[in-house]
Amino acid sequence: MDNIQHLLTLMTGDEKHDPASYSTLDVLRVLYERVLDVSPETVDDPRRDRFLLSKGHGPMAYYAVLCDRGFIPESWLREWGSFDSHLGYHPDRNLVPGVEISSGSLGHGLPLGVGSALGLRAQGIDSRVVVLVGDAELDEGSNHEALELAPALALDRLTAVVVDNRSSSYAVPGRIAERFSTEGWQVATVDGRDHDALETALSERGVGVPNAVVATVLDQELAA
Amino acid sequence: MTTTTLVRDPRTQFGRTVADLLGEDLSVALVYAEISARFFTEAERRFPERVVNVGIREQLMVNVGAGMALTGLRPVVHSFGTFLVERAFEQVKLGFPHQGVGGVLVGGGGSFDASRSGRTHQVPGDVALLDTLPDVVIHAPGTAAETDEVLRRAVAADGLHYVRIVEQTNSESFGGPGLHVVRRGADATVLALGPVLDDVLAATADRDLTVLYAHSVRPFDVATFRALLTVPDVVLVEPWLAGTSARVVSDALHDVPHRLLSLGTRRMELRHYGTPAEHQRAHGLDAAGIRRSLESFLAR
Repeated sequence: MDNIQHLLTLMTGDEKHDPASYSTLDVLRVLYERVLDVSPETVDDPRRDRFLLSKGHGPMAYYAVLCDRGFIPESWLREWGSFDSHLGYHPDRNLVPGVEISSGSLGHGLPLGVGSALGLRAQGIDSRVVVLVGDAELDEGSNHEALELAPALALDRLTAVVVDNRSSSYAVPGRIAERFSTEGWQVATVDGRDHDALETALSERGVGVPNAVVATVLDQELAA
Repeated sequence: MTTTTLVRDPRTQFGRTVADLLGEDLSVALVYAEISARFFTEAERRFPERVVNVGIREQLMVNVGAGMALTGLRPVVHSFGTFLVERAFEQVKLGFPHQGVGGVLVGGGGSFDASRSGRTHQVPGDVALLDTLPDVVIHAPGTAAETDEVLRRAVAADGLHYVRIVEQTNSESFGGPGLHVVRRGADATVLALGPVLDDVLAATADRDLTVLYAHSVRPFDVATFRALLTVPDVVLVEPWLAGTSARVVSDALHDVPHRLLSLGTRRMELRHYGTPAEHQRAHGLDAAGIRRSLESFLAR
């Protein structure tokens, strides 16, 4: 059992719960292990890269990765969801070091990411802003306001990662990538379980345009 | 602190003051959604990285401001109050207090400016709605000078501020937050909040009443109010939803038996157009209407 699986087990109490059942886990691991320039020592550094988990649902994979990377102690995982816990069923940035936004209500992360990218650009800080959204979360119209504005303002420090586990009602295959592309984003669609492919796609930055990575995760049994 | 040349109109004043604040402080940003673009032309030219028009996208507008605040900027976020506070209320609630960051929301139009435009452009419920959130500082300046002052104070402060900019104005400007004593009298106390003071003074000219005025209405100045209260009869006049500030008045007098008359806009679909003055009259907020309500209240 690797450490991530051990950490997940602390929250689920279920050793049979396969890490593959977490749709966001591989994307999160690749981001924190290979892509983002942020560490427990730099959580307050203005020049850190920002990762915004917009899809605040099912945060166990996020907490496990933050713990594995040393942002939060393992003891926090055992207590999650209890009254005095730092870790709720949706993350709160005021309670968890390294968590950039408090999320839960869908459709806020990408707009907050656009604002963060503009704020960093205005201050001459060259950090990246990476926002993780779910495919069903894109049903929320507020995302589309952000999706249109980011390329119009040439926000090339902004990356949207769409974890597509086909959970949206009325989904049309290929529509997500097409929509980002139509609005002027640089788009890559990759296997959301393939760490090397994810690393390559997530390490790219568009020139003069934001980029989107559609990470397709099509396992049959998805808990998160 | 430099001073901004004062004009008569609060909305023009907002444009000038915010342009000066952008020039004085590199951490100030302005986010808007098409509305009031003509007031920001110069600011946008001088500070293109810190003045952002998001198009007709108010949900995005509020969260862009919040996102900027997450990176350490002090955003000023502006549209008509109804699109800023009501349409995008979840963005206000989660983008600012829940994230734990601050900003300055500037809402235009108020209850009466858009008298000819109808209900879609009027926001009598803004103060009541913002009152559901923790620690929002709310300003309703009654003159261009007060507009300049509260904007400077709000931008220099921390936390979430709301500045309500409307065309209706008072004749006199008062400096600073808290309640200002306009007149001392032996009988009831009239609380005039925001640009209702001229009508309140006209309605009460021949009566021996205390008139207190505030343009910064939250937090409510409990200490001054209690210190100056004589007879525990209170008449509250506010140019937004009637009763909005009844909560803070009754909290302030929780241990004092008192009577309270709350005047403000009525909870109804007016379905009339015409002028702002006609709307004030329809809600009983012109001098004659205030006088009628006040005399009936004090006669009992």
